[in-house]
Order: sequence, then C-alpha cells, then structure tokens
Amino acid sequence: MAKVVVVTSGKGGVGKTTSTAALGAALAQSGKRVAVVDFDVGLRNLDLVMGAERRVVFDLINVTQGVANLSQALIRDKRIDSLFLLPASQTRDKDALSEEGVAKVIAELREKFDYVLCDSPAGIERGAQLAMRFADEAVIVTNPEVSSVRDSDRIIGLLDSRTLRAEKGESLAKHVLITRYDAARAARGEMLTIDDVLDILSTPLLGIIPENEGVLRSSNVGSPVTLNEPNNVAARAYIEAARRLQGEDVPLVLPAERKGFLDRLFGRRAA
Amino acid sequence: MTTAAPIEKKSLRFKARSFVAFALTPEAPISDWLHRLDRWTANSPGFFEGRPVVLDLSLLKPGSNDVTALVSQLSQRRIRVYAIEAAGVEDLGPDLPPLLIGAKETLIEDIERTSQALDAPQTGELPKPDTKIIDQPIRSGQSIFHPHGDVVVLGSVGSGSEIIAGGSIHIYGTLRGRAFAGASGCESARIFCRRNEAELLAVDGWYRTADDIEPSSRGRPIQAYLDNGVLWVTALD
Repeated sequence: MAKVVVVTSGKGGVGKTTSTAALGAALAQSGKRVAVVDFDVGLRNLDLVMGAERRVVFDLINVTQGVANLSQALIRDKRIDSLFLLPASQTRDKDALSEEGVAKVIAELREKFDYVLCDSPAGIERGAQLAMRFADEAVIVTNPEVSSVRDSDRIIGLLDSRTLRAEKGESLAKHVLITRYDAARAARGEMLTIDDVLDILSTPLLGIIPENEGVLRSSNVGSPVTLNEPNNVAARAYIEAARRLQGEDVPLVLPAERKGFLDRLFGRRAA
Repeated sequence: MTTAAPIEKKSLRFKARSFVAFALTPEAPISDWLHRLDRWTANSPGFFEGRPVVLDLSLLKPGSNDVTALVSQLSQRRIRVYAIEAAGVEDLGPDLPPLLIGAKETLIEDIERTSQALDAPQTGELPKPDTKIIDQPIRSGQSIFHPHGDVVVLGSVGSGSEIIAGGSIHIYGTLRGRAFAGASGCESARIFCRRNEAELLAVDGWYRTADDIEPSSRGRPIQAYLDNGVLWVTALD
C-alpha cells in the first residue's frame, strides 16, 4: 500500500526541497519504489536538486490536464532505478492546479509506488493546500528559530483541518524534521533548543539534520546528499530519518559539536 | 508568591458584542413592497418600536439616492434603520447609516424563548452550562470563539492563535497566543494557564499585552482577573 507523504513547512527556505530529495533518495536506496513530486508550480527546484533539469519534457500540470500520461512525465533517476521525479511546470502558476487533477495523479502514483513524496511550496495558499490535500503522512521541516516554528505550527493546524484525511475524521501521522541544526550555536543559546521546538509543536520528531556545507554542495551538483556524500553527518541523519519514516525504531542522537584537539587546547574561535 | 502590580498606564477599553437586529429586505418594485409593509404593520402595530432594524439591500441593489429615499420612507413609518447591509458596496456616504458585514441568521423564536427563560426562571428551564473542551493543541492562526461559557484547553495555545470566551479560559498547557475571557461582558471571568508565555491577556475588554505583563510571571502558572477595572496577573505557584 503506497504512502503519500507531504513535505511542508509554511516558511520558505527551511529545506523542504533538499529534504524531499534526500529522504526520497534514502527511501529508494533502501529498495522502495519512490516518486518525488514537485508541487511548487512556477518556482520549480526539485528537478535541479535531483539533477534532472535537462530531461524535463512533461510536467505535473500537463498530467493533471490530460496533455501527457503519467509515464511520459515521470523521470527515472540515473543513479537509482527505483527513484522517479514528477517535475512542476515553471511557466505556469498555482492556479493551473485543480483538485480533481491532483487527485487523479496521486491515485495513479499510489498504484505504481511504495512512497509518494510531495514537495510543497512555501506559504499556506492553494499550492501548499493541494500538496497536502491527499497526504497520509506529513513531514514538517522546521529550523530551530521562532518564525519557522510558528509557521510550522500554523501548517500543522492546516494539516489537521484541510486534508482529506482530516475531513474524513481519519488520523494523519505528522513528523517534525529539524534541519540546519547548529550544535555550537544551540549551546550558546542562539537558537531554539530541540526541546523548545518539540514543546511548541507537540509533534513527534523524525530527525535532526545538522547544518553542514555538504548539503548545499550536493544540491549545487544536482545530487541528493544521501547519494552524493553518504557518509556525511547530514546524509546519515537523513538516512536514519528515512528509516524512522518506514516505521523502524532508530535511536535519535543529538548531533554533538565535534571538537578537535587544537579546539580543545585553545578554545573555539568565534564563528 | 502572589504579588502583582496594577497597570499604571490607562488603557483603552474595547470589546466585541453581538446584538440581534431585524433585517428588512426590500424588493422591487419598491412601492409595492412598502404597501405590503404597511399592511403588515397595520396587523402588528408597534412591532418595530425601539427595535434595531438593518436594511438588507441584497435583493434590491439600489443607487445611493434611492437608498436615501428608502431610509426616509421607513423613518416616516417610525422604522429607524441603524445599519445597512449591501454586498459589494464600499461606502454609502456620511448621511446614511453605516454598512454592516458578516451577518449571521438567527431564529427569532429562539431568542424570545431564551429571554422568556431568563425572565421567568420559575418555569424550571435553566440554561444548560456550556463549556467547550478542546483536547488538542491550538495551532498558530486558529481562532476559538465560544461566546457563551468557559473554554478548557488540554494542550498548548500557539503563538498567533486566539481564544475568545464568554466565560473563563483554562489552559492546561502553555499559553503562547492571546486569550480574551469574559468577552460578552463578564467581569468575573478569569484566565488560568499552566505556563504563561501569552501575547495578550484580556478580561471583559480590559487587556494587557506581553510588554505590560510583569516579566516575573513569564513561564509560570498564572491567573488573570479583574479587580476594580484593573487586570491583575498573579502567579499560582
């Protein structure tokens, strides 16, 4: 039975697209058939992060409007056979999405895949609401800072009221994924702590992704970090988060600040 | 510790109230409608005496001159129009009654029955206690409006959300949003919460923002209540 997971946040720039790509790749690496769907119509990015931008022919809008078949629009990843991308349209806007069209595409994807990851646009408007509409589960991407956490709280409210599952009175599993966590800054009290975030959102934690330059480096070469640098700390955190998403019980370790010998000797330099 | 200081600054007082008004919906042609109205008031003389009447122009859609004429026609019949409801109209000018939006239907029988019950408690029909219990966290952007009774929240109330209650508000988690107790004019209402991180606390229209609340009460269990027009915020531990 396929699981449709929306990756959402409310706020922009917190790492939805990066996390969709990394989680999608990690799930596919563990043998699952995965489709990642870009719902950010007009501002598509997932194709770039997945390194598929030169192979886009048809997109989500074409499929919802019946211009193309789903199989024509899906792009198979060059590195993992079981990972597919359904890109967004860059030349249209979110008004081009219809609820019936999205329902049809999601239903078709459910038949073909184990996991369907929907990369939501930022905001709480039509695009974001359609991305979450048919979800069974949600990954709420949050940075440990107040504006991101408040926006995530708002999104959780929408997940509990505007999704099809919520309207039918069924439960929708929600997970918080904290990204760009900087242990050193958290220790200095410059960021919200993990406890603060979880206390405000009162939603279970899927994982903590440490701030790491490898994530941006991988995005820039068009490869999810879990594929490009699988031993990177952020990649390992994404791989563990993907295992938890599949229901595995993986203990969560707070990413600690690594101190080198010289750091310990001379104390840390100012960041 | 139960210390608190009254607010020194005089604050403004505002509150939301709802009233029941009678909406008259004229239909074209207007002379026929006025004729029917006259016939009807002849059967129930004094029906509109002292009652607030709202003119609903959704069917008639007249020009502003016609509205002026209609209002004076009604005032000749001792029907005083205190507001006008007209969809899509921005401004009717300073001489006409103000525009109203956000109307809700209500049953006149219901109101009369409630007022009878209130006037004559000997009939044995007591109004039911009406407490709203919410066992989920209130998320940012949500607004809970419960004008007749208490609100009890078992979870937390997020930043950017609000609870408006006719009675008291009880929060068993952290209050990070705004709480308006006694919003229908009840000065004995109180706000209780297990942990105070509130953006705003208000009882019966008297309010204090986070900046006006003593920093010592932040992060602690508190209650907020009115005493002689001063909103007190005191710790419960």
